Amino acid sequence: MDTLTRRKFLIASGVTGAAALAAGAGTVGWREIAGRASADPLEPDANVLVLVTLYGGNDGLGTVVPYADGAYHDARPDLAYGADEVLELDDQLGLNPSMTGFKALWDDKKLAVVRGVGYPKPDHSHFRSMDIWQSGSPDHPANTGWIGRWLDATRPDPMRVVSVGATLPPLAIGTRAAGVALPLTSFQAPTGPLGAGVTALSAADPADPPTQAMAARATGTLLSATALFGPPLDAAGSADPDEDDNQAQGGSAGGQNALAKQLGIVSRCIKANVPTQVYAVSLGGFDTHADEKGTQSRLLGELDTAVSGFVKDMSGQSRGVVVAIYSEFGRRVGANASQGTDHGTAGPLLVAGTPVRGGFYGDQPSLTSLDDGDLKVTTDFRSVYGTLLEKVLDTEAGRVLEGSRPTLGFL
Amino acid sequence: MSEVSLLLRRSGFGTTGAEVAAATARGYEATVEALLTPGADPGAVPPPELGVEPARPPKADDKAARRTYTRQLRTRSETLALWWLDRMVRVQQPLVERLTVTWHGHWATSIQKVRSPAMMLAQNETLRAKGRGDFRELARAMVRDPALLVWLDGQRNKKGKPNENLARELMELFTLGVGHYSETDVREAARALTGWTVDRAHATAAPVPKQHDDGSKTVLGVTGDLDDRGLVDLLTARPESAAFVATRLWSRLGSSTLPADTLARLVAAYGPNRDVTALLRALYLDPAFRADKSSLVAAPVEYVVGVFRALRLEVPREGKPGRGLLATLDALGQVPFRPPSVGGWPGGVAWLSTAATRERLTFATAMAKKADLGAVSSASDRPAAAAHLLGVDAWTPRTLAALKDAAAEPARLVTLALISPEYLVR
Repeated sequence: MDTLTRRKFLIASGVTGAAALAAGAGTVGWREIAGRASADPLEPDANVLVLVTLYGGNDGLGTVVPYADGAYHDARPDLAYGADEVLELDDQLGLNPSMTGFKALWDDKKLAVVRGVGYPKPDHSHFRSMDIWQSGSPDHPANTGWIGRWLDATRPDPMRVVSVGATLPPLAIGTRAAGVALPLTSFQAPTGPLGAGVTALSAADPADPPTQAMAARATGTLLSATALFGPPLDAAGSADPDEDDNQAQGGSAGGQNALAKQLGIVSRCIKANVPTQVYAVSLGGFDTHADEKGTQSRLLGELDTAVSGFVKDMSGQSRGVVVAIYSEFGRRVGANASQGTDHGTAGPLLVAGTPVRGGFYGDQPSLTSLDDGDLKVTTDFRSVYGTLLEKVLDTEAGRVLEGSRPTLGFL
Repeated sequence: MSEVSLLLRRSGFGTTGAEVAAATARGYEATVEALLTPGADPGAVPPPELGVEPARPPKADDKAARRTYTRQLRTRSETLALWWLDRMVRVQQPLVERLTVTWHGHWATSIQKVRSPAMMLAQNETLRAKGRGDFRELARAMVRDPALLVWLDGQRNKKGKPNENLARELMELFTLGVGHYSETDVREAARALTGWTVDRAHATAAPVPKQHDDGSKTVLGVTGDLDDRGLVDLLTARPESAAFVATRLWSRLGSSTLPADTLARLVAAYGPNRDVTALLRALYLDPAFRADKSSLVAAPVEYVVGVFRALRLEVPREGKPGRGLLATLDALGQVPFRPPSVGGWPGGVAWLSTAATRERLTFATAMAKKADLGAVSSASDRPAAAAHLLGVDAWTPRTLAALKDAAAEPARLVTLALISPEYLVR
């Protein structure tokens, strides 16, 4: 696929795979890699980064609430939370009432709130904005994701980046390699004669057109991945189909549900010492153009339970596990007539985990000095990425991100 | 891969050696013309009777009532999705269904938020009925489509403080493409779309004049009292819209690369009447299409339906087997009536993910076990018989070797053929 078409297509489809999907795979057969978790585990001193993408544009003002600001109450008479409702962080800001687990992390100094995060010249399209966040390249289109470039720059082994779900998010795609997509269910390698046949099909053939060759290599990645991740995933159960589908209201902009289940898989992998250093999970439903209050508070409640449970689960790990939570944009300051908000700009980014230095970072955007109804960005997202690259992944930010930006003190 | 074989595989849901032979005898151009002028299709299974929609329990109601409601809704959603899959498998002129799936991904609406199988079915019928004519007629119908209105909060968009959801996606994803309008255009277009309501019980939409903003608006430099129809007419007449529609259809039905001269030919064929059938004719006759090597990865629905068709198996319409089929599609990442977002499903190499590759293997194994493989078992050259069964022109030496190793066991041979790069990429 040529660059221009791919870019257009990326934007139009919102989700992507990539030319690099199988680029780094297929070099190791599954027999050689079997048992690799024990033979070649993640280095004991390596930290782990877990990226949580909130699809739809999470309303930052409803997450970290400026409850003491009169302008907030004026702009959103039906949506605003009062001082008696929020979970106070200081005399200006408080967490959404459903975020009790995050409040406990805050009190424990394990939650960093980076305020006013965004990029220059904000785009109000879900798909273009998410593309910018995931590529880490706001100035010009990029065909790679920021974590994919980290793979390229360090060691292009697909097993080092894992995403949970059917398709791979753009952030995990590099030029030399792309991450592995793990399902929510059990995941076993084919064995016996069928396994041998599948292995034979994973070799590229000179007669293959390029896309066909990629399909062959994807089969190779599958064999490596099932050998590696199959055992930790074996015990994964299935979802209750009659569980009420809470996120339906704001669900038009993508993302998955069952975040706790996704993080459960991440937890199994980390405990099995697989050689994966970055995990990507997601939660959808944040496109709250209507009836925002109930929908967002339910979703933040799900996020809260899943992430605070995961952080607790990981507290016994000797390595540092850091969770970073972001969305493609915050929402418009003023509410619309359907008790919702339209697409906006800057929002808070949350970082949690045992190694995190809790507290506020970056300035809170003003609610009175707006940019055509939207919050002004106070913290460039590349400062956050740079900090995560240097402090969690031990990689110089300049090898992955263009232009140098100061790192932040949350790690 | 021969051009006839690629044409049949890309315009429908896979093909068979017999179909390729018949089309080759008929000739390429005549085959294109036949694809584009489908008559009555005896395989077109009529839609299911969905009955009265279950009533949504009040918010305060207990958990058990909500579970019952969710289960009722889920059962009907399953009935609807399985009906459509069955229809895709049984039709004799698959282009109509293939195009309907493509439009479903374009005007991507999910039952997850709409929560009305009846509205989703009505939208499906609109996409099928209007999907091969004037794109403006399709767009006019879609901005008044009850399911789309619910999905993008169009029924909540009122004069005064408009809701921008539908207006933005109408321009970004349905008619123009990102970058061809300003934020002011979005806000003005949202005003034009104010004042619609949806009646859930009857699955209909109607204007509410009191809530419509009838003041003057300016969208893309055009000023007037625009309403939904005026806005759609304005957007679909823009030159960027023709290029956008042509690019979108090419990426799904044509090839993974779009040369500039091909795009120009597609846009010329689409013309001032926005003729989708003329665009498709130009697409299938374009030298870039006819000369293309296999470059499109079969999307999950296309893949799964193709396997049912090739192996002559019946789609389970209910019960555990039906749910199992939908679970397979869910794990693969494409369930009909449930696109992941308003941006629709991804295309191309996105379907080569590890998780999807694993799921295809499981599905192919089960299907090959169920099928009557007599045509392969009784053949002296079993790999060649499998190629004929699946409409694949030729195996690469790699695949041929793998299939020969499995020749003693037809089910294993066919399983491997179904997950081979040659079958998956078309």
